[in-house]
Order: sequence, then C-alpha cells, then structure tokens
Amino acid sequence: MFPASFEYVRAHTTDEAFAALQQHGFDGRVLAGGQSLIPAMRYRLARPAVLVDINPIKDLEFLKEENGFLRIGATTRDAALEFAPWILQRYSLITAVSKVVADPIVRHMGTVVGSVCHNDPAGDWTATSLASRAVMVVRGKNGLREVPIDEFLVDSYTTAVEEGEMALELKIPIPDAHTQGSYQKIERKVGDYATCAAAVQISLNADGTIRQAGIAITAAGPIAMRVAAAEAMLVGQKPSLELIKAAAAEAPKIASPNADQRGSSEYKKDMTRVLVGRGITEALQRLGVNA
Amino acid sequence: MNEIPVSIKINGKQVTASVESRTLLVHFIREQAELTGTHVGCDSSSCGVCTVLLDGDKPVKSCTMFAVMAHGHEITTVESLAPGGVLHPLQQAFWDQHGLQCGYCTPGMLMTSVALLKHNPNPTEHEIREGLSGNLCRCTGYNNIVKSIQQAAGVMSQAIPAAADD
Ligand SMILES: Cc1cc2nc3c(=O)[nH]c(=O)nc-3n(C[C@H](O)[C@H](O)[C@H](O)COP(=O)(O)OP(=O)(O)OC[C@H]3O[C@@H](n4cnc5c(N)ncnc54)[C@H](O)[C@@H]3O)c2cc1C
Ligand code: FES
Ligand code: FES
Repeated sequence: MFPASFEYVRAHTTDEAFAALQQHGFDGRVLAGGQSLIPAMRYRLARPAVLVDINPIKDLEFLKEENGFLRIGATTRDAALEFAPWILQRYSLITAVSKVVADPIVRHMGTVVGSVCHNDPAGDWTATSLASRAVMVVRGKNGLREVPIDEFLVDSYTTAVEEGEMALELKIPIPDAHTQGSYQKIERKVGDYATCAAAVQISLNADGTIRQAGIAITAAGPIAMRVAAAEAMLVGQKPSLELIKAAAAEAPKIASPNADQRGSSEYKKDMTRVLVGRGITEALQRLGVNA
Repeated sequence: MNEIPVSIKINGKQVTASVESRTLLVHFIREQAELTGTHVGCDSSSCGVCTVLLDGDKPVKSCTMFAVMAHGHEITTVESLAPGGVLHPLQQAFWDQHGLQCGYCTPGMLMTSVALLKHNPNPTEHEIREGLSGNLCRCTGYNNIVKSIQQAAGVMSQAIPAAADD
C-alpha cells in the first residue's frame, strides 16, 4: 500500500534537522534508514505529517573509537559494523548481532541508532545496548545530553527522545581484552524478528572471577529487558555450570512474552532461560573458560 | 499535493520528475524511468524482488525507500546488466544452471548477487546462502540459484567454471 501523504524535509546538517524537528514538534519525525518506519507507513500504522530525512547528514555517518567508547553515528548502517574487520576482531557481541539483524539487504539501509530509537519489543540492538551498557547522545533544547540505555528505553516504541528532539549517536564502552560477548537468537527464518533472543557480555578479573556481566533478553516483553538478578548473581563469582544454570533461571522470572505464531508464552519464557544459559556459556568459552 | 522535484541517475541516465514525497523508489523506477525489470512482490519489505543497487554497490529494497531519498544518488537496476544484449556472467549462469523458473524473483536475485560478488568474489556456498537470505524464491528451491552464483563467481574470477555437470 502507499503511505499517507507527508511533508518531506531534507536535512544536510544536524542543525537543519534539529531546527525542522523543533519547528514541527509533535508532527515531525526523523527518517533514518526507513526500514521500520516505511513498512509501518505502508501499513498505515504510522502517518507522520512531516518527515525529516537525516540520511544526507554526512557528519552523523561515523564508526570510531574515542575516549573509551565505540561511537556509532545516527546514519551509520548496520552493514558498516558487519563489514568492519576491526569490529570482527574485537567486538564479539556486536559481530554476532550484526549478522542476524533483519536480512543482508535491510542491513544496508537500517541504522543502529534508528533501531534503538524505534525500540521494537523484539529489537536486537536494544538488547545488545543493554548488555554492553551503551549510552545514547540526544540533542534537545538545552543542548546535548547522554542518556544511559536503561533510561533511554521507556516502553514499546517509546524512548527518552522527546518531541522535537533527535538522537545523534550511540556510545558503547570499548570491551577490554578480558571481555567477550554472545548473541543467541531463535528466529523462524532469516529476516524475521526474534522468537526470543538474549545478549550477553562478560568481563573477567585476573583471578578468573567475573568482574562485570551484561545480560538482556528481547522479544520477551514490551521492550528488551536487563536481567539484573542474573547479572548480580554472576559478579564476583568463579564461573561454574551451577552458577550459569542459576543465573539463566532468572530470565523467565521477568519475561512476559505474548503468544503468537512464533510460539506460546510458556515456550518463549523457557527459551529466555535456554538462550541466556547458552549466551553465558559461549561468552565464557570465548574468554577461554569452559564451565 | 506535495510534489517535489527528484533527480536520480538510473543506469547512468539522469531521470528527473516531480513526484509526491510518498512515492516509493520502486514506483519511480517503474513509472517515471519506465524500467519494469524491477518487480514488486510484497507489501512487507520481506521478499527482495525489488532489490536495486544504491551508489554502485549497496543492495537496497527499492520498495522500502522513498524516491526523494535517492535524489542525487545513483541507482543500478537489472536492465544495466546486459549492455548491447550480451548477458552478464550472472545472467548466463542463471540460464545455464536453471537458476529460475517463473523468473519473478530473478531481478532481485541478480542485483543482490552482483553486490555479493563485488564484495566477496569467491564466496563459499554458505556465504552465498547467507548473502541471498533476504531474497525469496517460490519456485526453484534455491539450489540452482546457488549453483548459478558459483558458476558466475568462477567465470568472473577467471577460474574454472563450477558447472562440471552439464
Ligand atoms: C524485513 C525486515 C526484517 C527486520 N528484522 C529485524 C530484526 O530481526 N531485528 C531487528 O532488530 N530489526 C529488524 N528490522 C528492523 C530494521 O533493523 C530497522 O532498520 C531498524 O529497526 C530501524 O532502523 P532505521 O534506520 O531503518 O530507522 P527508521 O525506520 O528510519 O526509524 C525508526 C524509528 O526511529 C526513529 N528514529 C530513527 N533515527 C532517529 C534519530 N536519530 N533520532 C530520533 N529518532 C529516530 C524514527 O523516527 C522512527 O520512529 C527488520 C526490518 C525489515 C524491513
Ligand atoms: S517488494 Fe518485497 S521487499 Fe520490496
Ligand atoms: S523463479 Fe519463481 S519466484 Fe523464483
């Protein structure tokens, strides 16, 4: 179907985009890769009055490491991460995710920042951002602010980006040599959203105990969720099979998945346990630990 | 109505027209540029038959992009593959290996494959299947499509063609 009519604003700079968003307020909406927004408009689930196209803003297309963070600009495509050799070498969680988001064609347009801003209940980048403790840089009336991911993700399709504002970049702390991740996703077929998925990132201390754990599940409730109880259980401990099992068992306690054609609620709940367990196991294996 | 001038270089030729902002790129290609090789197969951005190349090497779903977003860019469609009627090695391979039955998915398959081989001239079977996973085919069962791409990869990198069984 054709989307409803809208007014199109082509922005070449962040200033232009921000001015247009401020001017149009509630009616204005950022158009990034369009891979969520355009399908929603074609189904007439979304009918924004004004679209502010940020794709021509070259200053927002970057992928670089700076001051301890991996910085991903708002027009940087998923494919940029998938094909960067240095990401492949040092970012195991991001590498795993970037191969399973949507399909290879969609990944040439879809952006990481757009995906997190979309905050789909089954989003892969939202769960990844939680596990890696990312921060979103948002431009508002009072300038730039850095919003930790836990505060950024408010509810299904709702984030800390307020009317007239825009997100500029996602910052992910650079993993050190003792940090590894894993992404576990069950999908019916390539290009489908997750039936259920888990993002895991583990950091070890020199003595082999767990220094930090990031664990999140997606497609298991209204938004991607941090399994804080599992993280707390792991930190300070030496990895063992019992510990992994106990931590994984925390995931279904917070999951509230809807039954749909992908599976029953009970099935999906149990899959959060299975996938968190597999994710911790794989991240530890990448750290050379076989629990 | 909300008409805006859009100018896109399609297969090397500048195409300029005023269209509504909501015009999808695929409709601009089919109706304004009158190139009907690019198909539409779904309403949900999931089949890939509308795949074209953006700025030379990026496969994109032209049904999931507004024509205004391609303004000032270059688009390559399936019509560009056989200048003067000489088939591209991928087209020849689809012919030789029976990589199509009804042919509806073929333009998208070809354009995705062109991008895949540009990026990775010698893909493994697994990489081909991964690379094509955004393109659906209802007829072939994919095996002959994979064989076609293997043959073309061989021809294009001047190695021995993979078509050992014909
Ligand atoms: C066939 C198909 C399969 C898919 N499968 C998956 C999947 O398995 N997993 C998954 O996670 N996603 C999936 N997606 C979604 C895809 O990854 C989208 O690209 C992504 O979710 C949105 O990114 P975008 O850049 O295209 O954003 P857009 O569609 O342009 O925007 C999405 C929303 O975010 C807002 N927005 C975007 N950028 C900003 C910004 N800088 N500041 C403020 N607001 C902003 C927009 O206004 C809009 O509301 C799929 C999409 C398709 C078409
Ligand atoms: S027509 Fe199906 S993905 Fe474009
Ligand atoms: S040949 Fe018929 S859909 Fe692929």
